[in-house]
Amino acid sequence: MPSTPSSSPPQPLLEARDVHGGYGSMNILNGVNMTLYADEVGVIVGPNGAGKSTMLKAIFGLLTVNQGDILLNGQPIHNLPPNQLVERGMGFVPQEKNVFPSLSVKENLEMGAYLKPQNVKRMLEQVYDFFPPLVEKRHQPAGELSGGQRQMVAMGRALMAEPSLLLLDEPTAGLSPLYMNEIFDRVKKINAAGVGILMVEQNAKQALAIADKGFVLAAGQNRFTDTGAALLADPDVAKSFLGG
Amino acid sequence: MNELVFFINNVVIAGSVTGSIYAIGAIGVTLIFSIMRFAHFAHADMMTFGAFMVLLLTTAFPAAGASIGVPTALVMLPLAMLLTAALAVGVDKAFYKPLRAHGVKPIVMVIGSLGVTLMLQGLIRLFAGTSGQSLYVDDRKEIFRIALPFEGVRAPIVITEPQIYLFVITLVAVVALHLFLNRSRLGKAMRAMSDNPELAQASGINTNTIVAVTWVIAGGLAAIAGTLLSLDVTFKPDLSFFLLLPIFAAAIVGGVGHPYGAIAGGFVVGFAETLAVFNWSVLLRPFRDSFPAWLELPSNLAFVGTEYKIVVPFFILVAILVWRPTGLFKGKVI
Repeated sequence: MPSTPSSSPPQPLLEARDVHGGYGSMNILNGVNMTLYADEVGVIVGPNGAGKSTMLKAIFGLLTVNQGDILLNGQPIHNLPPNQLVERGMGFVPQEKNVFPSLSVKENLEMGAYLKPQNVKRMLEQVYDFFPPLVEKRHQPAGELSGGQRQMVAMGRALMAEPSLLLLDEPTAGLSPLYMNEIFDRVKKINAAGVGILMVEQNAKQALAIADKGFVLAAGQNRFTDTGAALLADPDVAKSFLGG
Repeated sequence: MNELVFFINNVVIAGSVTGSIYAIGAIGVTLIFSIMRFAHFAHADMMTFGAFMVLLLTTAFPAAGASIGVPTALVMLPLAMLLTAALAVGVDKAFYKPLRAHGVKPIVMVIGSLGVTLMLQGLIRLFAGTSGQSLYVDDRKEIFRIALPFEGVRAPIVITEPQIYLFVITLVAVVALHLFLNRSRLGKAMRAMSDNPELAQASGINTNTIVAVTWVIAGGLAAIAGTLLSLDVTFKPDLSFFLLLPIFAAAIVGGVGHPYGAIAGGFVVGFAETLAVFNWSVLLRPFRDSFPAWLELPSNLAFVGTEYKIVVPFFILVAILVWRPTGLFKGKVI
């Protein structure tokens, strides 16, 4: 039973109710529920094929939602095209191909604010604040950067549109532990600046450690849903999903 | 020294002329490929169409240029560029867009563009007939002969008025394109879409707008190249047959998807053509006395005869596809 505050509860930033969906009429998600508030970091973990990335793509309108509701700030958004979701304050960082390789770092970031060109200057400063290593690389093509720096460009590009919710698909995939910690560090900082974050992660333990909310998916359904700390402490979760 | 002048006239100037025209055509091919991912075979006919528009306008208002002292055809070029750009956008809406909406394979688009080729050729022939016509309807083609101030040099450097315009307009077009692609918001979005179309869409870039802008640029440039070629020689409805292979060779030599590669490729193919048909015995003649007695200098020492010029881009194309399919600038493989 969640404890209800005395005043009316604030509206969730993102709410997913009983979402079924996948590629066309083929369902990969079989009833996923999620609630995320604006000041929270949500982490989706689970075994391969559990539908983690699928859920993220369904939220960002890249896949068909066949049943259930997805609400952003109380407004239904399921099956809206991605560019409209960007306008409504959603940012998405795909796992692969998440930069424009031949464009310079600065041009990559500018593309993120394509719909709000008047904000470019202000947002560039903010993004360089989050990711200081990008400042000196700003004139270099993004395709020449290391994996970690490329991830920073990708996240920076999404931040340029001033999203209220940032979706990250395995931001630390293929990165060294050093870079992984740095990325998680940035994620927390971005969240502290007022951006809600929902990310899919393979490095479940480290990700849950920074998560306000954790969603453990299996076979396209919620298996466990709790705070990150509670999930880490749960022996059942540890045994079946975190490798003991 | 006379031999050097001969070389300048027949290789340096002729090669730059051909190279410029191929370069401008190849830029269009490469831009269309990088945005829509198909080889646009009707591009050479868009070049012919642009020249055809200039011919129509010049015939209708033959005296329009006389008052400001430039050939009428050149005055009509901006208008012809607009009309060709409109044609390109229209052709896309009518033929290519429905195919894209069905998500067809690139080869289907290529075959579709072959159909557009036949339609455009028929259209041009319907109005312009089949014979060659000069774009200098009411004007006279100026020919400049620049004598070199050296002792014993009899032959002058010969350059014609349209060739000078060609060099100037090519330079302006290339600089303008460079600024557009690197400085403007739309140009950067175009490069972004060429790099990663899904991410461009996820960034809120309207891909339909980018497609339309690509056609406008490709159409406008095609009109420039077609008109300048027709000014230099004559307008012919089947001009495109002699352009199609070289501009594709140029785009592939430069690396498909690279506008700067297309420019380099255009000049590589243009100069290769002129060097291949150049009579090298002219340059060797002054050293005839130092040759051994058994070696007699033939009067014509060209790699191929002028009538076989078209095999040169073909050969370059085959060589590039065999040894370096991504082109000089590491482009995409068609």
